[in-house]
Amino acid sequence: MRHLMSPLDFTTDELYDLMRLADDIRENRQKYAKACEGKTLATCFYEPSTRTRLSFEAAMLNLGGNVLGFASADSSSAAKGESVSDTIRVISGYADICAIRHPKEGAPLVATSHSGIPVINAGDGGHQHPTQTLTDLYTIRSLRGEIGGLTIGLCGDLKFGRTVHSLINALVRYPDIRFILISPPELVVPSYIRDDVLTARGIPFTEVKSLEDAMPELDILYMTRVQRERFFNEEDYIRMKDFYILDKSKMELARENMLVLHPLPRVNEISVEVDEDPRAAYFTQAHNGVFIRMALILTLLKEAGTL
Amino acid sequence: MLNISGIREGYVLDHIKAGMSLKIYDYLKLGELEDGTTAIIMNARSNKMGKKDIIKVECPVDSIDLDILGYIDHNITVNIIKDDEIVEKRGLSLPHEIRNVIRCKNPRCITSVEQGLPQIFYLADEKNEVYRCRYCEEKYRGK
Repeated sequence: MRHLMSPLDFTTDELYDLMRLADDIRENRQKYAKACEGKTLATCFYEPSTRTRLSFEAAMLNLGGNVLGFASADSSSAAKGESVSDTIRVISGYADICAIRHPKEGAPLVATSHSGIPVINAGDGGHQHPTQTLTDLYTIRSLRGEIGGLTIGLCGDLKFGRTVHSLINALVRYPDIRFILISPPELVVPSYIRDDVLTARGIPFTEVKSLEDAMPELDILYMTRVQRERFFNEEDYIRMKDFYILDKSKMELARENMLVLHPLPRVNEISVEVDEDPRAAYFTQAHNGVFIRMALILTLLKEAGTL
Repeated sequence: MLNISGIREGYVLDHIKAGMSLKIYDYLKLGELEDGTTAIIMNARSNKMGKKDIIKVECPVDSIDLDILGYIDHNITVNIIKDDEIVEKRGLSLPHEIRNVIRCKNPRCITSVEQGLPQIFYLADEKNEVYRCRYCEEKYRGK
């Protein structure tokens, strides 16, 4: 049974096929309107989410399928102490595919050990968020034509930001990628990314504190939110949350064709005045998430022999 | 000079770093051996190491999983004894996977809440002897 736990579960060739399928879905919506008729997606979200959950649900509904699930641990049996293993065993009998988000890192992997249906990691703690990465890669490819030969600035919470970890893991497989990691010293990327991925593969990267200094060099600026829910200490969160704010004056330092991406939701880190800038691509990115998730659902269900 | 007699069948673990033998006793779960006797010699004189620990275990051969020793210290010498003779000196290497020996200390890891989950670590970097939790990929720092 094939699952999606990390963006690395798909080869770059398989990702290319997935993106081509997403392109076809975007251009021929009607052709896929009944592709998953009679099939059900379970969305098991143990922590709050708007975009990811609705994006999954929109994807399945656009494919003519059904959706069931829960939107927080409080409204599920997890509040009664049910384990992830038991939940997925039960869900396997109710649905054909499952997207699971959990605050504990590795929870979706546990689910795969007991699941009879494909499981998609929809975010596990500060660890991985592979479908956001598919969305990011798809957006970069859609807007830049190809993935490669890019200087990518990742800015904000690089310690707990799972989208950042997943994206770095995925991008290092493409040619001529260089990273500028922009964060306060307290929120630098964890060692399993810096040492095991970047250094081990000889990928050029620098770690800096100043967003302004990095701006002129960037082809892509990937902004992230400082996530309150990842901090054990409210004081630390308040000290960090407004460390970076992208505004018009900083955008003036950037190249004309630089793209600003953000996994959303944003809080203060991108000023609303930037929304009108043609380089602001984060809402396009959010819309792309539906097409790539449609392609993913179709692919996993086909590989499972369900379609 | 302390004298501990030889063993008929079992293991002699030699060249253990002084002070590590009790930890190894726990890791190998020697206290749980149903049919076994263990002697621990601590701070024995060693030409090579200055001081060393030695563990002698009288038990059926292959009743102990020695893979974990490679993780603890691959310089330990494992002598396998049968009929009062050393029949094999086993070299140690880092195990590719460690199961239910060390625990993940990341409070955000699923292993901190999900009951009955095996604690699994994989060898992520052989050169630097780095193990990571299979679930959350956090580096193990307790060694």
